[in-house]
Amino acid sequence: MGGLFAALAVAAAFALAWRPGIAAVDPPSPETFDQALVKRGRDLVAIGNCSTCHTRRGGKDFAGGHPVPTPFGTIYSSNITPDAETGIGRWSEAAFRRAMRAGVDRAGRHLYPTFPYDHFIHVSDEDDRALYAYLMTRQPVHAQAHANLLPFPLDQRVIIAGWKLLFLGHAALEPDPTRTAEWNRGAYLVEGLAHCGACHTPRNVLGAERASAKFAGGEADNWDAYAINAQSPAPVPWDAGALVAYLRNGWHPDHGVARGPMAEVVGNLSDVPDDDVRAIATYMAEMFGYPTPDRKRRSEEVLAQLNSTPVATTQATGAAIYAAACASCHETNRPPPYGGVNLALSTAFSAPDARNAANIILSGIRPVAGERSPIMPAFAASMSDAQIAALLDYLRVRFSNQPAWAGVEKAVADARRTQTVLLQTSLPPDSAPTDIRERGKP
Amino acid sequence: MMTLKVNGRDHEVDAEPDTPLLYVLRDDLALNAAKFGCGLGQCGACTVIVDGNAVLSCVTPLLLLEGKRVTTLEGLGSIETPAPIQRAFMEEQAAQCGYCIAGMMMRAQALLQNNPKPTDDEVRAELEPHLCRCGTHMRILRAVHRAAHLMQTADASTSQGRSQ
Repeated sequence: MGGLFAALAVAAAFALAWRPGIAAVDPPSPETFDQALVKRGRDLVAIGNCSTCHTRRGGKDFAGGHPVPTPFGTIYSSNITPDAETGIGRWSEAAFRRAMRAGVDRAGRHLYPTFPYDHFIHVSDEDDRALYAYLMTRQPVHAQAHANLLPFPLDQRVIIAGWKLLFLGHAALEPDPTRTAEWNRGAYLVEGLAHCGACHTPRNVLGAERASAKFAGGEADNWDAYAINAQSPAPVPWDAGALVAYLRNGWHPDHGVARGPMAEVVGNLSDVPDDDVRAIATYMAEMFGYPTPDRKRRSEEVLAQLNSTPVATTQATGAAIYAAACASCHETNRPPPYGGVNLALSTAFSAPDARNAANIILSGIRPVAGERSPIMPAFAASMSDAQIAALLDYLRVRFSNQPAWAGVEKAVADARRTQTVLLQTSLPPDSAPTDIRERGKP
Repeated sequence: MMTLKVNGRDHEVDAEPDTPLLYVLRDDLALNAAKFGCGLGQCGACTVIVDGNAVLSCVTPLLLLEGKRVTTLEGLGSIETPAPIQRAFMEEQAAQCGYCIAGMMMRAQALLQNNPKPTDDEVRAELEPHLCRCGTHMRILRAVHRAAHLMQTADASTSQGRSQ
């Protein structure tokens, strides 16, 4: 009897899990796509930050193979160039749209939700058409996807069907008629293609975003993706104007510089239409919320203290390192990008843990090829983990009103391990696809 | 007072712990190869090697150097017996005003010690923190590749100019 139930359960699972293949097409010739549509697709691909996951460091644009570490194992991104054998060259627009909406590839296999179809489900037909037009007019690259590194049973794609039952597409994104068109446009982009919550919303044990903790802070590649709601740890509250400037330029004088995975996001957003960035900022400003009187008071205190002399400290080592290695840029009253942000304004030191600050001290900020951009030297070679930990302990006391971090030295060691891997595979400056304008234009 | 190990020798240094290494090298030890460019770690002219890695000496306070081995360009070779990296830069005539070159050579040396046969992309990426406004960039790239070749073909008895 038990065996029968098990068989039924398996049959039911397969019935739910099975998706038909969609007929292969001959790769459409690039000339068959409307140029205006391709151009719009380029902007949408930038808003969707597709290149970050679908381009391996040092690899060809959109050819996949980039490892995405997850708590469950490592997922390798797929090749989304129009290569007929290893890319999406034989995918019809309908197959592409199904992948975006339902997370199923052309052959009918379930895709892991590392591909954020829980957001892309909200993308309109029209925008999917433009995304498809742009990707299908890129240079085809023959590159077989790397096999995922997942333990059994997570390597069985049938279980993704169960994940989808639980977490996919329960709440349609309806326009709010009481809001402005700009706000609604922002909601459409943020919740859909831009998939901000994929990093900035914490995930549950099954790896799905926790709806009850929307934008409450998550992580990406051993970087904190800070809370971008009312719990934001930013010393000075964000508003729409600051968000526009930050998302556009990659830095803001009251907040500092986008680093880590966010640097790629703002790099992509630097070249999309103003209206789209403004819409994202308008919507997100509301997610941050209007600061409470207490929040405003704290922010005013921070701004008032910027030029104050430091309090006496027992952390002599950290203080001396700061004075010699950091203050020459960070305490000169020259705002970014020509000077370093005053660290009292940096979210890194009010953050829940030390890893973003550790990451940036270790690896610095590399210039963006061909642009005026902030830079910072890397200190991985000149400071030991213990010395960086001493520096971080000092900076936490000096530049935030939060209690000391726990486990700072371990955070530094973890950061050194992950950042070293990152730096070893980072791109030489002349071939870095950091600037969307340098990529193949339609 | 602290002991600073530079080019294989111990030096007793009387300076505050937050004094940048560059000042001690130039002002106290008369090792003038490392240059003061920006003082902000943004130009690379002050680069030296610490325990095998390129480090910007203008933003490296003394207290970080306890027990570490510092190598400056003077420690690699001399005019009479230049190290492969120095020979290569001379043979390619890679310097114009030369202000940035000592730093370039030190980072290139550290690169070649860790990666004896770097690709052109790797050399470019590694030297990216160095500014040169005269414009001998192409010669600098050639010199680094020449140095890599010299280091590989050099007779075992000659100096490899290996930093500590």
